Amino acid sequence: MSTGINWAKYSSPQALYPLAGRLIPWFSVAAVALMGVGLYMGFFVAPTDFQQGESYRIIFVHVPAAWMSMFLYVVMAVWAGIGLGLNARPSFMMAQAIAPTGAMFTFLALLTGAMWGKPTWGAWWVWDARLTSELILLFQYAGVMLLRTSIDDVRRADRSSAVFALVGVVNVPIIYFSVQWWNTLHQGASVSMSTGSKMAATMLTAMLLMTLAFWMYSIAIILSRVRCIMAERESLPAWEEKPVTIQKIAEAR
Amino acid sequence: MLQAVTLSCRRGERRLFSDLTVKVEPGTLLAIVGENGSGKTSLLRIFSSLLPPEDGSVLWEGEDIQQLKELYSGQLTYIGHLNGIKDDLTPLENLMSAMALAGEACSQTEAQAALEAIGLKRPIYRLPSKVLSQGQKRRVALARLWLSTRPLWLLDEPFTSLDAASTGIVTERLHAHLQRGGLGVLVTHQEVDLPTDRLQRLRLTG
Amino acid sequence: MSRSSMWGAIGGIVRRDLLLAMRRRSDAAMSVFFLVIVVSLFPLGVGPEPAVLRTIGPGVLWVAALLACLLSLARVFTADYVDGTLEQMVLVPQPLAVLVVGKVFAHWVISGLPIVLLSPLLGLQFGLSGESLGVLVMSLLLGTPALSMIGAIGAALVLGVRGSGLLVALLVLPLYVPVLIFGAGAVTSSMAGIGGEANLSLLGACLVLSLFLAPWATGAALRIALE
Repeated sequence: MSTGINWAKYSSPQALYPLAGRLIPWFSVAAVALMGVGLYMGFFVAPTDFQQGESYRIIFVHVPAAWMSMFLYVVMAVWAGIGLGLNARPSFMMAQAIAPTGAMFTFLALLTGAMWGKPTWGAWWVWDARLTSELILLFQYAGVMLLRTSIDDVRRADRSSAVFALVGVVNVPIIYFSVQWWNTLHQGASVSMSTGSKMAATMLTAMLLMTLAFWMYSIAIILSRVRCIMAERESLPAWEEKPVTIQKIAEAR
Repeated sequence: MLQAVTLSCRRGERRLFSDLTVKVEPGTLLAIVGENGSGKTSLLRIFSSLLPPEDGSVLWEGEDIQQLKELYSGQLTYIGHLNGIKDDLTPLENLMSAMALAGEACSQTEAQAALEAIGLKRPIYRLPSKVLSQGQKRRVALARLWLSTRPLWLLDEPFTSLDAASTGIVTERLHAHLQRGGLGVLVTHQEVDLPTDRLQRLRLTG
Repeated sequence: MSRSSMWGAIGGIVRRDLLLAMRRRSDAAMSVFFLVIVVSLFPLGVGPEPAVLRTIGPGVLWVAALLACLLSLARVFTADYVDGTLEQMVLVPQPLAVLVVGKVFAHWVISGLPIVLLSPLLGLQFGLSGESLGVLVMSLLLGTPALSMIGAIGAALVLGVRGSGLLVALLVLPLYVPVLIFGAGAVTSSMAGIGGEANLSLLGACLVLSLFLAPWATGAALRIALE
């Protein structure tokens, strides 16, 4: 192929590390900008909800966070699958970098869900389908991360958490379906975290902007985390201005 | 014929060996020697397909064992550090079930003959294996060699816990296997008493 | 290789594990005792009022069965891993996923089937009767093998890892949730008069899915543990 980027060149940590470093500032700026616009639209511009008043505005964080928690799990599972299929260390490192951010969004979704539930239904926790599914997703993220920290051998930790991530990704749609089923079974359908009424155009735009902002943030933070992971695992220079390996830094201390 | 092509192996942070190439012809034995921790067991496990190498490949009759999968494991008998026997079963039950699982089912008479050949007499092989000594348990594991018709034998320190007489018996059995055209890979600390034209030594320095 | 030797290998594994279980009967008994104890704790905690017990009965019985299955996972592969039988099993010239099905089936007969057989008695303690008891048994008959198949994935992933008892629970419980929902749901629906068929068929679907997918994941995890 005479045209097009030679992707194979980027399959080694040595090449990925500086590439990631160059991309991070762009995504960070995009994240801040989009989040600013999104939050402004959500908190000030979007109209007051007919039924729920002002307190509903937390959904502009809650819903995008919930979406992100699911998207990131799938992306993590894809990297895990690539790692197992191609036996490529950088793929495992990407999966390792995604998990904490995904878990953070899951936690944020649960927290904002509670913040919404309290003024709306008077309870800090409601067993509705989405919150319950998010809770179980949090356990799955915890499982992926704990599997990694419990296993000392790096290769086994990589491959085991990859297998679990793939098993979990099959479980995610099954969980969603079964929790919905459970909700209707126990006639809890009256409790729902959706706004019910048709969403105004501004609300939808604000939510999409926030989702995009979260994506930019995620990419920036995941790339910088993967650089840390690479530096730790491959003994790469920790700072590009001073190309010194980790061992030398330890000796200097 | 078994071939290792530019094998490299890493355990944790350490690279144990790299760019290792060796050939084992039918009728010969490869003895892997070296210090503790030099990667001898890892190399044997790479040959057995239990451990994938970091780099390089193992070829059996010219084909990569990762592609052959079950076709390859049907060609070998692997006896590792662990004996692979159940404490609650008798040596006879252990041997018969191990052979049946491996796809080489044998009759009770044949199993009894194998156990007696390796020095375990009649009263012993009907006791639960947990009352046996280490050496006796090792012999139960090695009794498979008298029943196996597989061409490739992979043995990890088979002579551990064996007395001189038993070591001699096992070595003789190995020799007979090589004379019939079989191959073997052995990890050992001791000298193997086999004619030099059938023996190849590989020293790992770690 | 040939079909008959594949069934022969599965049969060999099942026969050996059942023989071992008969020689150490305490293992099977433990699942049963645990189930009875946990189930008895709930009336002690909640109070003996029959209406309350009847409401929570399906959930309690199912959660207790699930926890008993979870505890038994510590025994499905560990002994084989420690004495070297597991690596011999991986080297058997048959597809590992198929051998795993055999191994987990034997484990279910030892640890899961007693739960199914004991459940009618425990159901009576919670005021279940007639059709609901039948649905309870059916739900456990379909559900406990699924729990064993799914749980084996977790058991294989944590072989030889420290703190594996707690870790396997964390890994496996999210995977158990759908089975719990459909299983307990079947009994609840039956008691409410709607009939448990819908939930039971979903449970059956979970079982079939676990039979086809879980052994592959378990096999991959076993190979990783043996590296």
